[in-house]
Amino acid sequence: MVQVERTSTLEVRTPEDVVKVRQEVRKRTAAVGFSLVDQTKFVTAASEIARNTIDHGGGGRAHIETIVLTGKRGVRLVFEDQGPGIADIKLAMQDGYSTGGGLGMGMPGSKRLSNEFYVESSPGKGTKVTLVRWKSS
Amino acid sequence: MEQIPILKVGRCLLVSIQIDMHDKLAMALQDDLTQKLVETRARGVLIDISALDLVDSFIGRMLSNIAAMARVLDAQTVVVGMRPQVAITLVELGLTLTGIQTALDVDRGLALINRLIDAEGEDGAGGAH
Repeated sequence: MVQVERTSTLEVRTPEDVVKVRQEVRKRTAAVGFSLVDQTKFVTAASEIARNTIDHGGGGRAHIETIVLTGKRGVRLVFEDQGPGIADIKLAMQDGYSTGGGLGMGMPGSKRLSNEFYVESSPGKGTKVTLVRWKSS
Repeated sequence: MEQIPILKVGRCLLVSIQIDMHDKLAMALQDDLTQKLVETRARGVLIDISALDLVDSFIGRMLSNIAAMARVLDAQTVVVGMRPQVAITLVELGLTLTGIQTALDVDRGLALINRLIDAEGEDGAGGAH
């Protein structure tokens, strides 16, 4: 069972909010003891998904959690929006696929930069993206 | 209003990004640089990202756009000072930074830009072939 040690919730509505999410994820991953490379990977993943929350979801919230599982520590990010949802998650996870005029790297790239990556979404019901990265031992 | 300063040094425009840029600021920098290139007729753009602790797809796209616009305006773009952890992350994210030349530091970047400009000819004839 995953234990949550600490949670903070941030609004994700403006470009400045994306910077705040990045800074909070940087602080948390550093506090858990991630290497500089692992911090950078997870902060970058957070930045991509936070931007999606605004561009595709019309804004939402980010929950940033420090978690523990059988002695292993990590950081979990949950991005939620009440936007139009993703019609085809499989398609959205493909490199180079974009509906927003971007590079189409955000979703598949963020998945590669995380240890665990989950997307829950259906049309009209919003989107919830969960990313987990564990401290490497 | 926040703004990232653009300096003219010789034939070059020099930009050093010292803050965690939000997307609007990155877009503004792209526009400012294009404007300055036209005004100053600079032949090179050197972007120092040694203070950046992240380059995500948006910032990556901005860098590629700047290089593409500079190319159309007959100028060379070199990005310098990328931190190792940023480079590792970029590759895993899947970004290739199309059309961007890189150098390790500002000195080498300026030397590279000057070589590129000289190879094209001082009058900008490079655009013709």
